[in-house]
Amino acid sequence: MRLALHLAWRFLREGRAQSILILAGVTIGVAAYVFVSSIIASLQRDLLSRTLGTQAQIVVSPPEPEARALREDDTLIARRVEPPEPRRRPFDGWLRHVRALETTEGVSAVCPKVAGPALAGRGAAERAVLVVGADPSRLREIVDLASKMKDGAYRTGGDQALVGDGLADELGLRLGAPFRVTTDRGPTTLRVAGIFDSGAASLDDGWVVTSLRTAQTITGRPGDVTELDLRVDDVYEAESIAASIEARTGLEAVSWMERNRDLLTALKSQDQSSTMIRVFVMLAVAMGIASVLVVSVVQRRGQIGILRAIGASQRLVLGVFLLQGAIFGVIGALFGVALGAAFAKGLGNVTLFAIELEASILIGAASISLATGLVSALLPARRAARLDPAAAIRGDG
Amino acid sequence: MMGAEVRSDAMLELEAVKKSFGEGEARVEVLHGIDLRVRRGELVALVGPSGSGKSTLLNLIGLLDRATSGVLRVQGRDVAPLDDVALTKLRGEALGFVFQFHHLVPALSVVENVMMPAALKRGGFDAAMKARANALLEAVGLKGQGERLPRQLSGGMQQRVAVARALMNDPPLVLADEPTGNLDTQSSDQVFELLRERHRELGTAFVIVTHDPTLAARCERVVRLVDGRVVADGTPDEVLEDRRARKA
Repeated sequence: MRLALHLAWRFLREGRAQSILILAGVTIGVAAYVFVSSIIASLQRDLLSRTLGTQAQIVVSPPEPEARALREDDTLIARRVEPPEPRRRPFDGWLRHVRALETTEGVSAVCPKVAGPALAGRGAAERAVLVVGADPSRLREIVDLASKMKDGAYRTGGDQALVGDGLADELGLRLGAPFRVTTDRGPTTLRVAGIFDSGAASLDDGWVVTSLRTAQTITGRPGDVTELDLRVDDVYEAESIAASIEARTGLEAVSWMERNRDLLTALKSQDQSSTMIRVFVMLAVAMGIASVLVVSVVQRRGQIGILRAIGASQRLVLGVFLLQGAIFGVIGALFGVALGAAFAKGLGNVTLFAIELEASILIGAASISLATGLVSALLPARRAARLDPAAAIRGDG
Repeated sequence: MMGAEVRSDAMLELEAVKKSFGEGEARVEVLHGIDLRVRRGELVALVGPSGSGKSTLLNLIGLLDRATSGVLRVQGRDVAPLDDVALTKLRGEALGFVFQFHHLVPALSVVENVMMPAALKRGGFDAAMKARANALLEAVGLKGQGERLPRQLSGGMQQRVAVARALMNDPPLVLADEPTGNLDTQSSDQVFELLRERHRELGTAFVIVTHDPTLAARCERVVRLVDGRVVADGTPDEVLEDRRARKA
């Protein structure tokens, strides 16, 4: 091994220009791999956090009543079955469901919530809003508004409410300012305890967050909730957890994946295209290494023959050329990872999302580079090891 | 009893060795049943016109190629059943090579080239090996040239490096294919003297393929090969025509 490494290094050093060129190729390939992987991973992370940061990962609600055809002794009486009229459905036994869901495997937080439409107004200005009522500490586990407070405090209770900066601008609301919230039950006056900027227009322009009790009063649902919002340990498990909740409880459970099919498709497409880019880049790298080593074997036929003649085994010759591939892989990985990371960090300064370098991407790139070096060296190495020494020395075999 | 003694004295034995290339109608037999014995410490010249099979025979003796039929023994050991690994090992231990075009490894320094047979045997370089390689370089008149690259030396100097390399493992048999073939007269003399010196001092056996009758005449024994057959085997006076003619 030591001798094989020595010979491999000397061979690479002898063909310096060739070695530097292919090393540059491997470096650029690995850098492209790291760069593309980091950008895509960060972009996906950002998209997911923006999407899931403002909505529950699973929403559990009472089941929709099913429209059934009117029958009498197996005789269908109605000609057409109309869907039932929308009406308020009480969430029977929601507290029991909360306790059961809190112990469900994979579920990390449960927030009972009341949400209902209303009109928020101040003076003559009015805007359609969604009154959201929940325990603030539980709501924080689902939608972290506490960390996005622009003004005031994350505090609800009594007549205190949180509004988004969009709504505050529309209605001219400041901290402590009273405003009207009107539902079919009549108007209620709330006061602004805090203004948040979540980054999502639907929340910033349309949410009025109050305590659970206040929202129950405003929406006319005393003691009731409209839904249970859940957070899960693994966001990509949300769909299967939702399905198992539905099967177990008979409630309706909708995951973020079901609600955001387009986003999921976009994420998968990004994944696929980034995988294709990485595969083609590494294929190009592999072909580069292989072609250089094939040329190297041809150029060194005589030397290989002489080494075999003076006692070098086929295994040693195989090792010498495999190690050349490995050296390309290792050095290319070191430079490539550094270069790719630097590019990604540099781009992170000008993009709208933060680019984080994941250890798994860097280690993955380095491992793939080494594997590519070894695999692409395999064919030339076998060719070198199988050279007939007598023919190689004569220069004709 | 006598046979056993002869065998133990034999460095190299060939019995009815044939070598052919190609298959079917394209098959060409280059060696037609060679019988040859080289004793330990012999200095043998192998002469013959181009195409007589000298290099093919040398490749067989050097275990770089396999005979089509016949028996080849190196140090009493039949090489036919040996696999590539065993052949490589035997080649590294029992044989040294000097080629016409010196064939040094250009990527390695001069001293590394000389050390290579020992390094291949032991799996790496060490200080003792380097000391011996430097001593050999000094013996061939290349003291202080060890760290240079082969391309920085003249053809004659490179051939002397090749001689030093061939002697690195103290092999009992050195095979030399036209070792002075592309050297000027002075370098040629120097290289041959080196070989003869090792032969005299260490009893190393040499089989030297040469076209040069002067060089062949300086060997103890000359084997003449014509059309793949040994046609003469004896002292230079017995085998070399010009010497016979001069004597006559």
